[in-house]
Amino acid sequence: MWRDPEPQQHYDVIIIGAGHGMAAAYYLAKVYGIRKVAVLEKGWLGSGNTGRNTTIIRSNYLLPGNEPFYEFSMKLWEGLEQDFNFNAMVSQRGILNLFHSDPQRDAFARRGNSMLLAGADAVLLDENLIRKMCPFLDYENARFPVKGALWQPRGGTVRHDAVVWGYARGADRLGVDIIQNCEVTGFDIQDGICLGVETTKGPIKANKVGVSVAGSSSKVMAQAGMRLPMESHVLQAFVSEGLKPCLPGVITFGAGHFYVSQSDKGGLVFGGDLDGYNSYAQRGNLPTVEDVCEGGMAIMPMIGKARLLRMWGGLMDMSMDGSPIIDKTHISGLYFNGGWCYGGFKATPASGYCMAHLLAKDEPHHTATAFRFDRFNKGLMIDEKGVGAQPNLH
Amino acid sequence: MIIEHPLLGPRDAAEFVYLGDASLIDRPDWDNPDGDKEFFEYLYLRDNPEGIHRELWYHEQGDRSWLVVTRNTLTHEILNVELARQVALAMGR
Repeated sequence: MWRDPEPQQHYDVIIIGAGHGMAAAYYLAKVYGIRKVAVLEKGWLGSGNTGRNTTIIRSNYLLPGNEPFYEFSMKLWEGLEQDFNFNAMVSQRGILNLFHSDPQRDAFARRGNSMLLAGADAVLLDENLIRKMCPFLDYENARFPVKGALWQPRGGTVRHDAVVWGYARGADRLGVDIIQNCEVTGFDIQDGICLGVETTKGPIKANKVGVSVAGSSSKVMAQAGMRLPMESHVLQAFVSEGLKPCLPGVITFGAGHFYVSQSDKGGLVFGGDLDGYNSYAQRGNLPTVEDVCEGGMAIMPMIGKARLLRMWGGLMDMSMDGSPIIDKTHISGLYFNGGWCYGGFKATPASGYCMAHLLAKDEPHHTATAFRFDRFNKGLMIDEKGVGAQPNLH
Repeated sequence: MIIEHPLLGPRDAAEFVYLGDASLIDRPDWDNPDGDKEFFEYLYLRDNPEGIHRELWYHEQGDRSWLVVTRNTLTHEILNVELARQVALAMGR
C-alpha cells in the first residue's frame, strides 16, 4: 500500500500526526504540488483517533463560521473515493436529529435554514414520517416524546480506517514520506523561526511544520512554548454485537446526548457525552457508560436487547468554544490544526484540504477563515452551543 | 472514580460537577494595567498537562463545597483532595 521510508534530512513540509495530517499531505501533493513532504506518526496509521471515532459524517451546523466548512467537507466526502481511487465505504444513509418539544423544533428549523443557506441539504420531518422510517423509536416516551426530526439525507457513515488508508496510499504515490513510529520530542526554533523537529528517529529539518495531533495538541505545542485554549477530555464509544440491518441511518437523541448508527458488519455504534474531566487515559469511567445507555433506552428501547461487544475511549482536544483552529502560530514556519473536540472525523477531508491550503499559500482557505487562534481575545468565538469557555460542556 | 471528600469521606465522582484547572481560583484583578491580557489567559488558556493535574470539582449532589482535587490525568488516580476555600485562603485570597 505504501513505502516505509527512513526520514530524509530536509523536507519542504513536515506534518505531525497521520490522521487529519495524512489528508493534508495528500492535498498538499495533489492540489498544491508540494511533494517533498513527510508525515510523522507517533504510532502506526490509524492508532489514534482515526481508529477511535464513530464514523459519522454530516454538515448540520448552525453558525456561519462553521457550516460552509463542514459542507465543503461533505462535498469532498462525496467525491473522495473517485478522487483517491479507494473504497472508503462512504454511505450517505442520512442523519436524523430528533426533537422532542416545540422550542426544539423551532431551533432545528433555524438550523436547517442555516444549512440550506450554505448549500447543504436539510428536511424538517414530522412524527408521522419518522414513524415510517424508524418504527422502533419510543414515540410515547412520557418525558421526551419524539415530535419530529431535522433530517440531513446526505449525512451518513464512512469506514474510518479506509479513509486514512486511501489518503496514505494516494499521498505515498505522489511522493510523500509516511514515517510511522516516529514521535516528535521537540521543535528546532531559533529567533522565532521553526527550522524543523527533533524526533525519536533524529532531527529533521523543514521549511514549514504543521501540527495536527488531536488530543495531544497541548502536549506537542508545549514543546514550542505555547499554551493552547484547550483541554484534553476522554470520549467513550460503544459497539454492540452484530445484528441484522435495523437502523436506517444515524439517529441522535435531542433531549439527552446519544447518537447511534449501524455499521456494515451489523454492530450498533453509539456514544454520548464526554466523561467531563481532563484525561489522557484513552479510557473512561462507568457513570458515563450508564448515562449513554440511559439515553439509548430513552429513545430506542430495543437497544436493551443487544449485548455490548466492545467500548473504548479517545482523547478529544476540546477547545474553549467547541470549534477548531486551523492557523499559523506566532512562530514563523509553525502551523497548527486542532481543537476538533469530538467532531473531527467528519471534518477530515476539509481539515486536510484547508491545512494544505494554509501551508502552501500562507493564508486561510475561504471556508476556514474563522478558525483563528486570536478569536478568543478578539471576542470572535464560534460557540455552536452557546455555553461559554467551558470545554466539558461543548 | 472515588473522591475522598475532606468532610464527608469517600464519595462517587458522579455526585460532582467538574469545572477545570485549579488555577481558576486565582482570578486576576480587572483593574490591573494588563487586565485584558490577564483575563484572556485566565479565561481561555490552559496548561492541560498529561499527568498530575490540580482541578476544581463542585459537590453538587452533596454539601455543595468546592474541592481542589489533585489527580493523574493518565491513570485517573486521585492523589489529594482539599477544600477549595482552604486552598484559596492559603493563597491569600
